[in-house]
Amino acid sequence: MTNQTPTPDQLEAFGREMDDLRQRVLADLGEADATYIRDVVKRQQQLEVLGRALFYLPPAWPLAVAALSLSKIIENMEIGHNVMHGQYDWMGDPHLNSRIYDWDNVCPGEQWKYSHNYIHHTFTNILGKDRDIGYGILRMDEDQKWHPYYLGNPVYALLLMVFFEWGVAMHDLEVENIVKGTRKMEENKALHAGIMRKVRRQALKDYVLFPALTGPFFPLTFAGNAAANLIRNVWAFNIIFCGHFPAGAETFSQEECADGPDGEETRGHWYYRQVLGSANISGGPLFHVLSGNLSHQIEHHLFPDLPARRYPMIAAEVQEICERYGIAYTTGPLRKQLASVAKKICRLALPDRRTTPEPAPAVHEPVAA
Amino acid sequence: MTVLSTIARSRTVAALTSPHGVDHYLSRVNPMWAAHDVRGRVVAVHRETETAGAPVATITVQPTATWRGHRAGQYVQVGLDLPGSARRMTRCFSISSAASGVGEEFTLTIRSHADGQVSKYLVDAEPGQLLHLSQAQGDFTLPVSPATPGIDPLLFITGGSGITPAMSMLRTLLRDGYDGRAGRPVTFLHYARSPEDQIFADELERIAADDNGVTVHLRHGDAVFNELELRRLVPAWRDTDTWACGPAGMIELVRAAYADNPRLRLELFKPPTTSSGAAEGDLTFAGADQRVANSGASILEQAEEAGLTPVFGCRMGICFSCTARKSEGTVRNVLTGTESSLPDEDIQICVSAPVGDCVVDL
Repeated sequence: MTNQTPTPDQLEAFGREMDDLRQRVLADLGEADATYIRDVVKRQQQLEVLGRALFYLPPAWPLAVAALSLSKIIENMEIGHNVMHGQYDWMGDPHLNSRIYDWDNVCPGEQWKYSHNYIHHTFTNILGKDRDIGYGILRMDEDQKWHPYYLGNPVYALLLMVFFEWGVAMHDLEVENIVKGTRKMEENKALHAGIMRKVRRQALKDYVLFPALTGPFFPLTFAGNAAANLIRNVWAFNIIFCGHFPAGAETFSQEECADGPDGEETRGHWYYRQVLGSANISGGPLFHVLSGNLSHQIEHHLFPDLPARRYPMIAAEVQEICERYGIAYTTGPLRKQLASVAKKICRLALPDRRTTPEPAPAVHEPVAA
Repeated sequence: MTVLSTIARSRTVAALTSPHGVDHYLSRVNPMWAAHDVRGRVVAVHRETETAGAPVATITVQPTATWRGHRAGQYVQVGLDLPGSARRMTRCFSISSAASGVGEEFTLTIRSHADGQVSKYLVDAEPGQLLHLSQAQGDFTLPVSPATPGIDPLLFITGGSGITPAMSMLRTLLRDGYDGRAGRPVTFLHYARSPEDQIFADELERIAADDNGVTVHLRHGDAVFNELELRRLVPAWRDTDTWACGPAGMIELVRAAYADNPRLRLELFKPPTTSSGAAEGDLTFAGADQRVANSGASILEQAEEAGLTPVFGCRMGICFSCTARKSEGTVRNVLTGTESSLPDEDIQICVSAPVGDCVVDL
């Protein structure tokens, strides 16, 4: 799994091959992609209607929760995430347009698009820039300095998993930077209103209106909706963490990403970083759909605006290109990647074993990003 | 129906149907049911001219109940899902029928262009064709009506298919009982390529013959707009409220004659070409992390030349589909010539050209 850093010439050639691949897919976009996403939306709506309706039949409660969970997973992963990436903007359909769609999640689409599409996808796995590394509360990399706070790493991860949509919604508030004093509370004022509006709408839907519509079964429906949101949270957390943090996924320093003549990053290095910063999860077609095809995290990070259904189709070619340039392409089944991530979370809770721990830092830094 | 539509538009229903929205579910049942969106069905298609390569047809559209009506002179965005294409095309067309009310039928008169996929398709559309519409838009409208009598005469100068918004105004005046006895003469001056290419020929002939205070002047062939002729037809033209609509060449001539006269109202069918005189500096596309030397063309064109694929719609500065954030620099609106240097400003990239260094979030 060790990488030989490619030479600048190799990086340039590698970047060109990736650009070519991207152009070929772009030129081929058409009816098949449009039909696919419209079918997915239709199936998801059928599942949602089925789930909501089954709450009128208390014995079918587990089925209702299952259908609604599936619906929410598909909506967040294959529809929301991908549509809001602008993957289907070329269709000219306002309903599937990244500027208009806002997913079934307490995180407002507008804010997510900034922190995810721009910050995370541009600065993928650059320490100090990509705030998705540990979401500001976890230690996910050896280069994040250890602190006794991180002894709670596994507990924080568990909490983040359970409350994942809330974690994503709070993400932009950069609470850790406010604790550190590098961000002022006022900077969050504009964000609060957007988050509160979205939270109110989501809570009204899942915890007031739909339960109320089922009359005497209010508590059951309430619990069912909460369960579906929880299941979606756990699923999304695991897919995301397995796509970014198993063994093999690397982080970069800001200096490493300034290989261009004017200190900017070259296109080739950007692609290179995207491959090394992500990891794929192998599995069957249904698994890929339920992950929003983010099981192909490498392809997604290379081409975040290509329709996700294309990722499995180009994966073999991407892997072949990477192999030719000696660039590690990390992939493995879900349970292996899960174990790898869990191990990392626990190991990084403790100070580094390889080097002698440095004396406690003078500056109190409870949550390093 | 009103109770139902009030419910359908409520925040409760919006929350229940999120994230897709109530219209998405309604249209699954019946494409003509809508709570917010506007859609329409083509109910009739009528050929106006058979000009080789560029025939003109009038299509009658029955909109959904969400259509708020239009004022004479306005246009509408028409989105069309062409068979075999996954890309919805959206173009703007002027409405040619008299002012409409809520949910009322209206007509679009469209010239088919060789490379205009939407216009070509619509001219031969089958009744029943579904259209995705916007509400009526535009300020090129007629503020007067027989209900607001005045003594000011009116003048319409149109060229080619630019006749459509003026026709909507004329039809509105005549439908609403305008008979010329208000002492307010109307002059309708139109330039067409040939008699065969004359849109609404029969109706204009009828209007000209009727005793209604409307004078119709049709010019065919090589005749172009000129001040001398205008002075002869309408001696007091400088003091006459004027609506001019047509191709860029004609508009330039009209604009030159009227100079800064505030009585002139203009509607362009295509933006004039940008003067490439002062193309300096660099144009930076921040999102794509690319920089190109400013060529003087619109930012949209320069972005496309650089290999980017920004979202666009009408490409003539009216639909706002291409709106993007300009974070630094000055841009000139190629339609109006006005320059703007505000930072973090939303601009329409199809009609904005950089003046010197400029950064756009594309």
